[in-house]
Amino acid sequence: MTQMDRLYPYDVKAVRADFPILAHEHHPGVPLVYLDNAASSQKPRQVIEALDEYYRTYNANVHRGVHKLSEAATMAYETARIKIKKFINAPSRRQIIFTRGTTEGINLVANTWGRANLRPGDVVVTTVMEHHSNIVPWQILAEQIGFTLRFVPVLPDGTLDLDEYARLLREEPVRLVTVMHVSNVLGTINPVADMARQAHEAGALILVDAAQSAPHMPLDVQALDVDFLAFSGHKMAGPTGIGVLYGKRELLEAMPPWMGGGDMISRVTLEGSTWNELPYKFEAGTPSIAQAIGLGVAVDYLSALGMDKIQAHEHALTEYALERLAEIPGITLYGPDVAQRAGVTSFTLDGVHPHDIAQILDSVGVAIRAGHHCAQPLHDFFGIPASARASYYLYNTFEEIDALANGLIKARMTFAL
Amino acid sequence: MFDDMYRENILDHSRNMRNRGLLEPADIDFEATNPLCGDRLRLTMRVDENNRIVAVGWDGEGCAISQASASMLGERILGMTLEEARQITKEDIFEMLGISLSMNRIKCALLSLKALKVGAYGLADWQRMQNEDEE
Repeated sequence: MTQMDRLYPYDVKAVRADFPILAHEHHPGVPLVYLDNAASSQKPRQVIEALDEYYRTYNANVHRGVHKLSEAATMAYETARIKIKKFINAPSRRQIIFTRGTTEGINLVANTWGRANLRPGDVVVTTVMEHHSNIVPWQILAEQIGFTLRFVPVLPDGTLDLDEYARLLREEPVRLVTVMHVSNVLGTINPVADMARQAHEAGALILVDAAQSAPHMPLDVQALDVDFLAFSGHKMAGPTGIGVLYGKRELLEAMPPWMGGGDMISRVTLEGSTWNELPYKFEAGTPSIAQAIGLGVAVDYLSALGMDKIQAHEHALTEYALERLAEIPGITLYGPDVAQRAGVTSFTLDGVHPHDIAQILDSVGVAIRAGHHCAQPLHDFFGIPASARASYYLYNTFEEIDALANGLIKARMTFAL
Repeated sequence: MFDDMYRENILDHSRNMRNRGLLEPADIDFEATNPLCGDRLRLTMRVDENNRIVAVGWDGEGCAISQASASMLGERILGMTLEEARQITKEDIFEMLGISLSMNRIKCALLSLKALKVGAYGLADWQRMQNEDEE
């Protein structure tokens, strides 16, 4: 073990060996340094093999078939659901609804709970730092229904203005708070347990966008006492096209269905239909069977390492990244100090547009993201049209952060700064 | 590919944009933006009685490709009639920049052309050009 190895809470080399894509050369002779995990994560061979095994040996439609293949597929699909229930400590697997991703989960709540419960005069509270998926569905719904959408401001250090949050709850008829757990731009970890408690005291429900938290830290929906929680499989070493919506039992039972079709019904006649029980009420049509199974395997993989260890690993990387980035002349870092932050570091560099930063980094094998990261209001607040974002995950190393820093120095040199 | 894209030429044009500075008054004034990345280009032009472009003035900010493209395009259209400038195609822009562009950077390169096309000839012209590409 080298000095560096001692700093890792698990065997990072062994983990990296599980992720086939990390061995690729990004360009001839240039290894891949993948720092775009907030956008999507890489997959371990265990997940890839699970997808292959499903299609190769027991592919069939689920739930209705009596033959052996269908039984096997159904068992694997429902086992995946149970794995996720345990992963977030949900009381029952019936409260785990498979979706296509976080965006779909939020839209589901907006269009079922929202449509049935929100009236003109009601207030829904969200924040300026949200991903568009947690702003736009509410804007669309507000247009249609006539409720008011209010935004908790962001402070210059990248945290929420919690005084204003408390004031909104106190003074306005808030029915729902919808907030991201971790900012995909700033890395800010919002105090959602406290925010949930405050929301409940004011008679409001809370929906948490866990897209950037579920992959990176232990989550306990009962401890957080959230009413709804949504996240995506592809950001947590799972396949694309699969996500999870969790909801409190009584809320899900009371909500009208989302999409209509097969599987979500109990009885269909020409006169009308009755709904299936949870969770199937919200899972119309053939599900993403392979992808759900793959997500279950991703959950196994992450749980075996330990979400607390993964969080600790990312914390150390982020701390190191913030130090190295701060040394670069002309850099502006956005977001709070490392104590309040998960593994996302966004920045701008004087004289080099984020697009050009990303392009030059790409040429040296470093993959980051440039743009507004689906958070235009947040960028408006900081007065920048775009930023560059590096985001870390369980398989990244300190050396990779060095590569990022060196790439930024090269970008400055290219622009003769 | 890196050395290609950030050739002296591109860097020079992006940092010393030719014809920078808005014209006042202007016969044509249009701002094109790429909201996805924050590139912005505002084109002002003056034409004479024969519809010949006699002055070009840009303002904008954004990535090196978008700014370089504006700088080069401005130089090219100075002295052209509006009809001649209308014939400029996407391929002309790519050739002008002289670099291979990934799919994601094409919008950056074409922002200047969008400013020209929409500003001088209207949105329909630009959209027609876009639609020609659609599969």
